[in-house]
Amino acid sequence: MTDSTEPRELTYLGAVNEALHQIMAEDPDVFCAGEDVGANGGVFGSFGGLQAKYGELRSVDTPISEQAIIGLGIGAAVSGLRPVVDLMFMDFILVAMDQIANQAAKLKYMFGGKTSLPLTITTNGGAGLSAAAQHSQSLEAMLCHVPGLTVVMPSTPHDAKGLLVSSIREDNPVIYVKHKRLFGDKGPCAEELFSIPLGVAKITRPGNDVTIVTYGRMVGESMKAAKILESEGIDAEVIDLRTLQPMDVDTVIASVKKTNHCVVVHEAVRFAGLGAEISSQIQEAAFDYLDAPVGRIGAPFSPVPFSPALEAHYVPDKKRIAEGVRAAVERTSLPA
Amino acid sequence: MEISNEVLKDLHVRMLRIRLFEEAAGKLFENSEMPGFIHLYVGQEAVAAGVCATLREDDQIGSTHRGHGHLVAKGGDLSKMMAELMGKATGYCNGKGGSMHICDLELNMLGANGIVGAGAPIAVGAAFANKYRGNDTVAVVFFGDGATNIGAFHEAANMAAALKLPAVFVCENNEYGEYTPRHKTMAIDDVVDRAAGYGMPGVMVDGMDAVAVYEASAQAVQRARAGHGPSFIEAKTYRYYNHHGVQIMGFKYRTDEELEQWKQRDAIDALEARMQAGGVSSRSELDAVRAEIQASVDEAVAFGKDSPYPELDTMLTDVYTLGGAR
Repeated sequence: MTDSTEPRELTYLGAVNEALHQIMAEDPDVFCAGEDVGANGGVFGSFGGLQAKYGELRSVDTPISEQAIIGLGIGAAVSGLRPVVDLMFMDFILVAMDQIANQAAKLKYMFGGKTSLPLTITTNGGAGLSAAAQHSQSLEAMLCHVPGLTVVMPSTPHDAKGLLVSSIREDNPVIYVKHKRLFGDKGPCAEELFSIPLGVAKITRPGNDVTIVTYGRMVGESMKAAKILESEGIDAEVIDLRTLQPMDVDTVIASVKKTNHCVVVHEAVRFAGLGAEISSQIQEAAFDYLDAPVGRIGAPFSPVPFSPALEAHYVPDKKRIAEGVRAAVERTSLPA
Repeated sequence: MEISNEVLKDLHVRMLRIRLFEEAAGKLFENSEMPGFIHLYVGQEAVAAGVCATLREDDQIGSTHRGHGHLVAKGGDLSKMMAELMGKATGYCNGKGGSMHICDLELNMLGANGIVGAGAPIAVGAAFANKYRGNDTVAVVFFGDGATNIGAFHEAANMAAALKLPAVFVCENNEYGEYTPRHKTMAIDDVVDRAAGYGMPGVMVDGMDAVAVYEASAQAVQRARAGHGPSFIEAKTYRYYNHHGVQIMGFKYRTDEELEQWKQRDAIDALEARMQAGGVSSRSELDAVRAEIQASVDEAVAFGKDSPYPELDTMLTDVYTLGGAR
């Protein structure tokens, strides 16, 4: 596996589409299925051109049947194919949760290891389109809680392509979550087929004063916050987890041991979000290195609101992240 | 359809293997020698036997929480089954699945399932793989009458029909969803009426008649093999024991008379009578078959009892396939 760094630019969605085209050319066992995936190329276009090139059997338009879409993938995967099945919005995983959490996640274990399940479930998460409470959620924490699942959330076009290739090649059920607000983002992305290993975080910005652990759309916001903080003399290290399950805790711990401060940032609601798990892992592994409690920044404990005015306030942004980081760093200068 | 003597003998053996295996499992459960939940297939043998006798080894079957009969009928190893039911390391799933998740992927039995209706979408996925590969393999979906009230079943049936997949939907209508009579949970008399809603041909058969099931299944399987899409079979049958376990616990949800009436039509008795009347097998020949199967069941029980429990360090194995991210 190589981490390629060609200068060519591609959008996040274009990178996903290119990955699908290239891996379907490479592996005849890969097919895509889901609602509007075939003729329409997917609701946001990530499956564009696949049916024209590979036909209706490898680019399947299914009924709006989330449970059967996942089941189709499970049965095909058990039978030796390598399905990519799509749930249009991350919220819809809840409709299919039995097939995801009771079936896909557990089959291998319940069968005593007698099968592998090379299944990729692609979906679109996150707020920012005024899509309201049933089309905007970030539900990754509940997925990470289920043994058997692998959860991937890319933040850049390069990662979107390389991580999707790895997800499809992975012999376990992977939930690959794109963020809807990143679709048009452009960035460098190699033209050839390449993969990025799952379970490996990326240090997006090295720094010495505080570690910001984040993923998905919040990587960009955290980078902006780091820039603001830089002007204030705070040198933040930003870690993009990229894969949430398995989580690259080692990279986080190594960074915290260096910076002695940490803030976890995610778009999901703060209560029982991944920030809780990450901060707990940090205090277990690096308690003596911490100069302040690990901060957590996430959405408030409410459904995602519809109104742009409310939604903009709901989703964490660079300002809120910078505030949270300042609070964590300034804790050291408080009187003992 | 001409039914050969070989087919009759085959149906007889398949049904008897299920019956004697299940009776032995039930005894072990009653004696607390078997942990967990147990959903016995006794009474319904004609369905699994009749359908599986029409299948090839490469044909897949999706099963239910009442799945032992399906695996036995598909040719399952009784010893590995019994060991699995006892939670032993030598079981089909190394003791990690138990009764509700027993499977044999080499026989293309895709697993019993603890969630009602959930096996249907998975079996449909297997049917899709057959179509994808362009072979003539068929996937059979077993489910109960209760499962047809569940969304996953409906989604699977509709998808199989819409995509014209090589699948056969076999409804084992045993008249009870757990302990609630079927007429309280659906407003139709025949579950097969639902087939029309999916655009599938549907046929109703006597689920206590293995030959009738065999004939209906042979036709549906042939149709699927030929690429004409899925069919629906409703087999009217009955479970002799309870939804779970052997003895009735709690309230009495059915009458002794009802149970007795169904037992009068026992599928194994009926087939044995037919075989004797037709000169296929004599009583002593049938008894010899029974004795032989009983011996293999006894052997399976001994194998299960003598087998070790899994080592504790297997707890974390097989959560994931290793390599790649793991």
